[in-house]
Amino acid sequence: MSKRREKKSIEELSKENEQLRADLEELRRQRAAWLGKHKAVPKREDVTFDSLSGRELQPLYTPIDNGVYDPEYLEKLSLPGEYPFTRGPYTTMYRTRLWTMRQFSGFGTAEETNERYKYLLEHGQTGLSVAFDFPTLMGYDSDDPRSEGEVGVCGVAISSLADMERLFEGIPLGDVSVSMTINGPAMMLYCFLLATAEKQGVDLKEFRGTIQNDILKEYMAQHAWIFPPEPALKIIADIFEWSSKHAPKFNTISISGYHIREAGSTAVQELAFTLKNGFTYVEKGIERGLDVDEFAPRLSFFWDVHNDFFEEVAKFRAARRIWARHMKEIYGAKNPESWRLRTHAQTAGVSLMAQQPENNIARVAYQAMAAVLGGTQSLHTNALDETLALPTEKSVRIALRTQQILAYETGVAHTIDPLAGSYYVEWLTDQMEADAERIFEEIDELGGVVRGIEEGYFQGQIAHSAERFQQEVESDQRIIVAVNEFTGGNDDVSIDLLKIGREIQEKQGKRLAELRATRDSERVEAALDRLTRAAQEDENLMGPMLDAARAYATLGEIRHALEKVYGRFREPIFF
Amino acid sequence: MAERKIRVLVGKPGLDGHDRGAKVVAAALRDAGMEVIYTGLHQTPEQIVQAAIQEDVDVVALSILSGAHMTLFPRVLEKLREEGMDHVLLTGGGIIPAEDMEKLREMGVGKLFGPGTTTAEAVNYIQEWFEKEHAGAD
Repeated sequence: MSKRREKKSIEELSKENEQLRADLEELRRQRAAWLGKHKAVPKREDVTFDSLSGRELQPLYTPIDNGVYDPEYLEKLSLPGEYPFTRGPYTTMYRTRLWTMRQFSGFGTAEETNERYKYLLEHGQTGLSVAFDFPTLMGYDSDDPRSEGEVGVCGVAISSLADMERLFEGIPLGDVSVSMTINGPAMMLYCFLLATAEKQGVDLKEFRGTIQNDILKEYMAQHAWIFPPEPALKIIADIFEWSSKHAPKFNTISISGYHIREAGSTAVQELAFTLKNGFTYVEKGIERGLDVDEFAPRLSFFWDVHNDFFEEVAKFRAARRIWARHMKEIYGAKNPESWRLRTHAQTAGVSLMAQQPENNIARVAYQAMAAVLGGTQSLHTNALDETLALPTEKSVRIALRTQQILAYETGVAHTIDPLAGSYYVEWLTDQMEADAERIFEEIDELGGVVRGIEEGYFQGQIAHSAERFQQEVESDQRIIVAVNEFTGGNDDVSIDLLKIGREIQEKQGKRLAELRATRDSERVEAALDRLTRAAQEDENLMGPMLDAARAYATLGEIRHALEKVYGRFREPIFF
Repeated sequence: MAERKIRVLVGKPGLDGHDRGAKVVAAALRDAGMEVIYTGLHQTPEQIVQAAIQEDVDVVALSILSGAHMTLFPRVLEKLREEGMDHVLLTGGGIIPAEDMEKLREMGVGKLFGPGTTTAEAVNYIQEWFEKEHAGAD
């Protein structure tokens, strides 16, 4: 019985307005009465009823809080796949394709990790994500004295193209997309990967994958850097420029909140710092003379997903809206692909507890659900034992199964953005957007992101939030199960842990010695000299570096060739 | 009876960049009235021992989450001994399996703390060690 819309007189319209106002007044009156009754009932005293980030929360949210009568729905939420993408980056979301189940993994030598990858792919994983060891993350070869004791321990050791070839032996890089968590030496590892793909016969024009390549958050939180900010940002702009021509489907950066959050920030700080880093990269690309629509579609994001369920969902939604608005209105992007924020997510490592580690399965499951309700494009679920060691095959399988249960059993992927219109979630989404905008202004007043890093603004904010959280836990204001409450059963700590042997370092050392003896050393020298000259002349480094990689120059040698020109980053210590 | 402040060097050896724990613990030790020096990241064992000598500390507390603890703790311990700093307590924390903690303790490293430890436990441990160590001296 649908009525046709009639033309209305001004009198009729103002009458309707009056009616709307009257309805709202009625709701206000009833809510006030409700609140009176609510206040009269005793409340629990063992919790604070605020959000994880310390936001004061009302017991009830209604249209008064988030303005459902507001005709701004289309402007603020719109439809999935439509600007400003609050309800999701794609039109059909999980109805067309589930998120990519991408477990971050790597340890020991390339062969061992290769085996683990094949195991994961056999068990239904749909993408790969490489964890490197600390020497690789810092740009040191496995046989460098500074690598002593760390080779293959926290991830896989990759010192040259030869190691990368072994890592993907028998894994078709044209079919399985690879994401690499690498930042300081991102360009080196990217070149090793490109050269491996070439050898497998992959057309680079069609090559898909991701490098994290987000150096700003390294200075803020994760701390695996090599060069000072200015040359590091130049290298990133080089990657944007080269890839837009030669590997246009590759995600050249994954702007990451994950490490900022793990280092201690709140959800809002994670949101704001990360997006501001993203805008900084966009500005660098534009400064280079690139058209924003040439490189912005290849920018992707990476969020942490922590315990506070609704705050996490709101964070994902707010991020998409903020990014879209800034890209369109401030940076003048015209291609909708440049407005669309796509993201990976990982459950919060810091939320895992050593006490009764099996409980971590439950934490991970809730976090994973929040990421999916927030509309993530890919997801890593942590294994229950990761607070004690690298995960075993069994614990990794449980983590993957957790995603599969979520995807196939719970039904949460059936509808798009099912929490939209929730008074609470929409209110939180708006609040987080407003808070983030306020933090952007604060950073601008400081003189921008690089200045903020040099002055320790981000490091200080993150450390302060970490301290506050720890104090809240230790004063029992926040309950962590089996840590400060419900500790019965804590003595039972019999779980199997994965051990990494010292022989990895020897094996890698021998391998590098062999490589150095058998490769064409003149070709290596020439390629490295050419690379140093390119840095001196401020040319794009991608071409010369790819040649050095193809010649089997090692990671450490390439780093050294550039360090001669750029020097090293020295951490300003704020404590 | 003016009590002297306990001097603690909080160090991050190796290539490990995880400094959340080190900073939280350093702040807690300082709040508990200790004099705290934080080395910053990516320090070699030599750099840490040099800093310990220069700052004349009572305690060296290392934070290691990279799995390199069986290399780095023994090396710092050895250098401390070489420099005649036997009176210094070497302690710390991180992702360290219980059996490794035991092995390191046998070598002469102090108590090590794993994930989920409260900062109060670390503070108490250092205070008690210091009182015991200096009980006869006053």
